[in-house]
Amino acid sequence: MSVIVYTESENGKFKKNAFEVASYGHKVAQLLGTKVTALSINADKVEDLGKYGVDKVLAVKDAKLETFNAKVYASCIAQAAKKESAQVIILSSSADSKYLSGILAAMLNAGYVPNVVAAPESTSPFMVKRTAFSNKGFAHTEINADTKIIGVSNNSFGVVENTVSAQVETFEPNINDNDFGTKSVEVDKVVGKATIADADIVVSAGRGMKGPENWGMIEELADVLGAATACSKPVSDLGWRPHGEHVGQTGKPVASNLYIAIGISGAIQHLAGVSASKTKVVINNDPEAPFFKAADYGIVGDAFEVVPQLIEKLKVFKAQNA
Amino acid sequence: MKILVCISNVPDTTSKINFTEGDTKFDTNGVQFVINPNDEFGLTRAMWFKEKQDALVHVATVGGPQTEATIRKALAIGADEAIRINSEPVDGFFVARQLAEVVKNGGYDLVIAGRESIDYNGGMVPGILATLLDMNFVNTCTNLEIEGKEVKAEREIDGGVEKISTSLPLVIGGQKGLVEESDLRIPNMRGIMMARKKALNVVEPIDAPINTKDKKFEKPAPKGQVKLVDAGNIQELIDLLHNEAKVI
Ligand SMILES: Cc1cc2nc3c(=O)[nH]c(=O)nc-3n(C[C@H](O)[C@H](O)[C@H](O)COP(=O)(O)OP(=O)(O)OC[C@H]3O[C@@H](n4cnc5c(N)ncnc54)[C@H](O)[C@@H]3O)c2cc1C
Ligand SMILES: Nc1ncnc2c1ncn2[C@@H]1O[C@H](COP(=O)(O)O)[C@@H](O)[C@H]1O
Repeated sequence: MSVIVYTESENGKFKKNAFEVASYGHKVAQLLGTKVTALSINADKVEDLGKYGVDKVLAVKDAKLETFNAKVYASCIAQAAKKESAQVIILSSSADSKYLSGILAAMLNAGYVPNVVAAPESTSPFMVKRTAFSNKGFAHTEINADTKIIGVSNNSFGVVENTVSAQVETFEPNINDNDFGTKSVEVDKVVGKATIADADIVVSAGRGMKGPENWGMIEELADVLGAATACSKPVSDLGWRPHGEHVGQTGKPVASNLYIAIGISGAIQHLAGVSASKTKVVINNDPEAPFFKAADYGIVGDAFEVVPQLIEKLKVFKAQNA
Repeated sequence: MKILVCISNVPDTTSKINFTEGDTKFDTNGVQFVINPNDEFGLTRAMWFKEKQDALVHVATVGGPQTEATIRKALAIGADEAIRINSEPVDGFFVARQLAEVVKNGGYDLVIAGRESIDYNGGMVPGILATLLDMNFVNTCTNLEIEGKEVKAEREIDGGVEKISTSLPLVIGGQKGLVEESDLRIPNMRGIMMARKKALNVVEPIDAPINTKDKKFEKPAPKGQVKLVDAGNIQELIDLLHNEAKVI
């Protein structure tokens, strides 16, 4: 019996969420009195996972797994789970992990709970707390199936160090050519920039910016902070920004440490998608804007004056604290 | 081409969320139910296939009699026929098993589901369904084109878009992007009249295990007062973020 964590990597390098699921896995293994095994696919320096409490790494290296394929990856995780007689499997909330989670659940006849925000409340019965109703509520969910899959909400558990020495084992799962029913033709992805899914800071702007030509200062602010950029729904509907930047209940969820909302009114659908962010700053020239009620810090003022000043002051701050 | 659009019946996005019966149930009092937004994009895309490529479009929902108003709406938008599996949608796996039965019996080539339901946010039905049926699967699908059995699709990934080639039979988890927001349809009078004559078949659920169960709900703790910083003193905000919130 063990706990399996699927640790995602990109170009050989672990993603931050790999360390978060490893940390979470360590906690669950403690609760169950068992060990954590990580599955890595084409990742380098896998022994680094020991820092986050991983006892053993099943390291897969296979050219066929170069590009993500949900079914094939799910099958690798299922095989690792069987090999280790895993009772609990832990995934992140990345787009890829969410893609493969349903497939994996069906393969293992498992009980799957996504968007989990804390360590299990009890292990018998197995209960976890997760967000529901687009962050307007939480559910305490019991998993009855023998195999349990937990999707950990980004940034909710955090990366926790628990150094152990990880034993590394080469793992060669069966890769079935028939599982490649969907083929990746092209990946178009921003490189070298934080994405909404994994950024610690997200700078988001709304219709208050008046037009796409004014996004220069939003991007500059994001650059200074090493943040990802996002927007409200009308902004992407109007074509001012790409659809992938739309956050909220019907867009992407945001669970960053810091969310800065500029010229966004704070409609209920927007708030639902960003409320999991830990600290929220609102810049809006209307003191009655509903977003102020959901914010930690606020500036009532004109974005066109406030944002340039904020950029200047942050540059100085960054230079001093570098 | 025969298409099944899976529709979940969810509280309207403006709904206030409350719980009842000792916080064990969602309080439907005063809540307006609608077609799940992700499914609305899928349904509209299905209408395109119907009009341009002669597809037959059915819709299915797993739910009690109270969900019929929502599926009637899908019929009014233009679906040809509806199926209601007469059971509360207890968990995603259970729902997927019910839908798999419908797909098997109906011989569908394409199943359009949503990326997630905006109520319980499970995001698992389409993936489980595809796997139970051994069909191809594209999640977070933002573009879908079909010629014969060949499929070109796009999916949203973290920080970008991936182009995918695949083939029917296929299940997608769809979302915004499948069609433009402005192309979403609202039922007109004629559609509503026609919907009354269309078949709404009620079938009984098959036996299936329940793998997960929501035992209790809670609302997020109320937010404390916002700290306002004067627009003339931006440095104060930076200090607060650095020293108090410790996020920069
Ligand atoms: C089914 C459905 C789903 C939806 N899903 C989402 C979703 O997922 N995400 C989402 O964001 N929305 C969603 N919406 C839309 C939502 O209801 C709001 O319409 C939207 O969030 C408003 O965007 P906004 O705040 O950018 O624009 P507005 O509401 O127009 O607000 C602009 C704000 O900018 C401020 N402003 C103006 N000028 C300045 C200035 N110079 N400086 C500073 N501030 C200024 C104004 O005071 C105002 O508060 C959804 C709606 C529906 C019906
Ligand atoms: N009760 C249901 N009846 C029919 N389809 C459903 C139901 N629940 C979920 N679905 C479909 O599965 C998608 C994802 O839902 P979920 O896995 O519940 O987040 C939805 O967008 C629907 O297309």
